[in-house]
Amino acid sequence: MQAAMNTKRNLVTAALVAPAAAWLCVFLVLPFIAMLIFAFGERAPEGGYQAAFTFAQFANLPTRAAAFWNTLVLAPVGALLCLLVAYPVAYYLAVKANPRYRLILVSLVVVPFWTSLLVRTYAWMYILGSRGIPNLLAMIGIEDVRMLNTPGAVLLGIVYGYLPLMIMPIYVSLEKLDRRLLEASADLGGRPVSTFFGVTLPLSLPGVMTGVALVTILLLGEYLIPQLLGGGKVFFIGNALVDLFLQSRNWPFGSAIAVTLVAVVVVVLMVAMRIAWKVAGTRQVDLV
Amino acid sequence: MRAFVSSVYLFLYAPIALVVLFSFNAGRNASEFTGFSTAWYGKALGNTFLVAALQNSLMIAFTSAALAAVFGTMAALGMERLGTRTRAVFDALFAAAIVVPGVVIGIATLVALVAVFSFVNPALATIWPGDQPPQFGLGYGSIIAAHGLFSMALVTMIVKARIASLGRDIVEASSDLYATPLTTFRLIVLPQILPSILAGFLLAFTFSFDDFIIAFFVAGSKTTLPIYVFASIRRGVTPEINAIATLVLVASLLLILTARVLMREKKSKSGE
Repeated sequence: MQAAMNTKRNLVTAALVAPAAAWLCVFLVLPFIAMLIFAFGERAPEGGYQAAFTFAQFANLPTRAAAFWNTLVLAPVGALLCLLVAYPVAYYLAVKANPRYRLILVSLVVVPFWTSLLVRTYAWMYILGSRGIPNLLAMIGIEDVRMLNTPGAVLLGIVYGYLPLMIMPIYVSLEKLDRRLLEASADLGGRPVSTFFGVTLPLSLPGVMTGVALVTILLLGEYLIPQLLGGGKVFFIGNALVDLFLQSRNWPFGSAIAVTLVAVVVVVLMVAMRIAWKVAGTRQVDLV
Repeated sequence: MRAFVSSVYLFLYAPIALVVLFSFNAGRNASEFTGFSTAWYGKALGNTFLVAALQNSLMIAFTSAALAAVFGTMAALGMERLGTRTRAVFDALFAAAIVVPGVVIGIATLVALVAVFSFVNPALATIWPGDQPPQFGLGYGSIIAAHGLFSMALVTMIVKARIASLGRDIVEASSDLYATPLTTFRLIVLPQILPSILAGFLLAFTFSFDDFIIAFFVAGSKTTLPIYVFASIRRGVTPEINAIATLVLVASLLLILTARVLMREKKSKSGE
């Protein structure tokens, strides 16, 4: 009787997770295996893939060093710029803002994250493009200012696109901060500055870490922002991948780059988790 | 500090506001507003390619989000009952589905599907009794599959968090009163997790509707709205794009606000 009930229970459990398990296998695990196999193959003469076992694709990686360099420099720099802008906002929302308006102010930060990144990046393309700010500058006599297709434009787009994702985790960690600690620090004669650096900042570090890690990881795979605001001059790994797959149809080389990108993401993730464990347990972040 | 925070809000919203404003501009120039007009909306909605892309996007977003809502909820319910080790495997795979960059998901799906098709299609042709064997190829199905992956992970995450915050005692009380597990689910569990499922569905819909990079790889010859917008931007910035962008913004704004209200309700009900 007990055994029969257990079997039934297991069958129900299996039926519940089966569709998701199948989906994960067919559309996540299988594609990764295929990509790994492709990465060790050769490019067929007409493009696409030809079976082989060679490390040639990986040996070829230095030819895309510029894309890796741009990504590995601009992604962390962009994340840190985001952090510099995000921290004061998160601090204000969690500590200073009037509780009556807090919910609305927080919503106003989250909402842009869920609206089309393409449209939001396009907005800057419109503003920085020749008919936007440079045109206005020309009216007051400052001619020939180029804003679009520069590293600065890409960084601006990055800060704009990922600011909400940086503010949220920091806000969550600051919101959970025990106000009595701040009062205690003040009662013991701590000046506001020393309270901030001695109490507030260390306690919000998990949120800071989560934000920096999230934004950096997403930026490593970014395509749209460098494409639209960097105009092919400031290109990321993502741009190299699109070029290899959809233009020159060198799938094995593209797969090798994609595999390398995943490896970089895993390393960043592991470093972030290592640090996060050190600065106390991370808290769950509500992205919604 | 207030001044800084205000300027950040301005920074977040001014570019969007500018696009919306200039979508109503009578002239073509981005630097001067020459008069109010809805002509660009008329032009955008009269564009059959655009309308077709919009229909594709809506269909793909609805299908992938619906599949994700059903299968993701089932997974969230089932994972509770799994052993620790199997559950850890699921957790890791769902986390991978969310963390792996979209560009890699797109490439991996493209590579795998093309490899599978190159094997299945000839095989099917030899065993097919009729003259015209079905040909599998990239298209709606592959976009739905790839979007469904991320969306399922998203729904599972949201519903699982909700289930974790539910009290076990009410479920036990229900079974003590001789309710069958199915009745308990229908009358006790489902009503409580329904707002999270709906919120997950809406977020999944928003994700799919806005996604460019995954669809760009696996769409084959099909066009979604973001792919169409991207292609038009590359052909040159026109006020018509502002009108389309405004429509996209309004659509995702409505979706995300509804999702937030649903999630908020859940939080206040659970007494947080």
